[in-house]
Amino acid sequence: MQKPPIDQLIACPKCDALHHARHLGENERAACARCGTLLITPRARSFLHVIALSFTAMILMIAAVFFPFLKISAQGFSHASSVFEVAMAFSDGLLAPLSLAVLMLIVGLPIVRFGALIYTLWPLANARPAWPHARRVFRLAEELEPWAMAEIFIIGTGVALVKIGGLASVSLGPAFWAFCALIIVNALKNAFLSQWTIWDAIGQK
Amino acid sequence: MQTARDAGLVGCTRCGKVWPAQTRECGRCGAALKRVDTAGLQAVWAWWFAGLIFYIPANLYPMLRTSTLAGNQQNTIIGGVIELITHHSYFVAAVVFVASVVIPVSKFIAIAYLALAVGNEHRAGAHRHLHLFEVVEFIGRWSMVDVFVVAILSALVQLGAVVSIHPGPAAAAFALSVALTMLSAQSFDPRLIWRGPARTTGP
Repeated sequence: MQKPPIDQLIACPKCDALHHARHLGENERAACARCGTLLITPRARSFLHVIALSFTAMILMIAAVFFPFLKISAQGFSHASSVFEVAMAFSDGLLAPLSLAVLMLIVGLPIVRFGALIYTLWPLANARPAWPHARRVFRLAEELEPWAMAEIFIIGTGVALVKIGGLASVSLGPAFWAFCALIIVNALKNAFLSQWTIWDAIGQK
Repeated sequence: MQTARDAGLVGCTRCGKVWPAQTRECGRCGAALKRVDTAGLQAVWAWWFAGLIFYIPANLYPMLRTSTLAGNQQNTIIGGVIELITHHSYFVAAVVFVASVVIPVSKFIAIAYLALAVGNEHRAGAHRHLHLFEVVEFIGRWSMVDVFVVAILSALVQLGAVVSIHPGPAAAAFALSVALTMLSAQSFDPRLIWRGPARTTGP
């Protein structure tokens, strides 16, 4: 077997099988021949889509943090809270570090990811060489992915609403809907994200 | 099927690029290149035990303290589920039970099983092991849902004397346990699954 040059090879991150990588057409995708992990999923114009969706998500997140999130009332008393106040629920006493962690998981890390994606893809979408440290920034965005938990937070809100249901009446604020929209935009953005294409574009100096 | 390891190369687990075996860092994405080596399992076990240790107080201490006109009440994870059942919210009880008990416990079992089975996968088993690993990696973060529920309840339900809810110490222990098991799953190198007899299968 004739050996292809090393820069045309791709190793499956899940099972280490070696493949010969090539640029695919718009509707093609490449999966590992052994374990089936998707290796290359190119999508035309995906850079611009990801940038647009990341901007949208960032604006929605800012709205979601500062507008009222939920409001409850019972027996003449009422109380409203924003997402920021939810994160600060643990802020007194020994649980204070948990407050910071929750704030990072639901607000901080998603925003860092959106910013990192915009930073990486902006020059690439304009057919310019990647900005300095783009590879470190994009790797950060990739590594943070499991820790950005905005969508889990919304499921938690649903559970909390049912738990409160018996105690008091709840009204949903604009931040709640902003957060729901954010989840959808984020899911769309992930669908347009093609890691291999981005790494390939960053690698071309 | 030839692997990068067989060819004397090392593949980047972040971006897939292939380098000569002695390379330390991927020249394209900058990630550290890891050789396919069982030494990495030590990290898996270290995070695993740390996660298990924190899972114990997470279940023993109260997750929520509710004070109403009728008095104070403290709820552990299981206690909260039982209370939801008595209020006939079976679906939400199931969601909380699955997220806080079923997923964490099966995650501990699944990671331990994968780590112990390295090198012993049967011919047909490697695909199933990889599938199990992917499920563990995907689903682990959803356990955090209970921590968010506690945060939302304690921030929102502050109606003075009528009813107010405060977080309990179990919330922090539980969050730590989930984070540590996520790190444990991330430290597991799925390429190890294919080092056993299964490495000869495939086209």
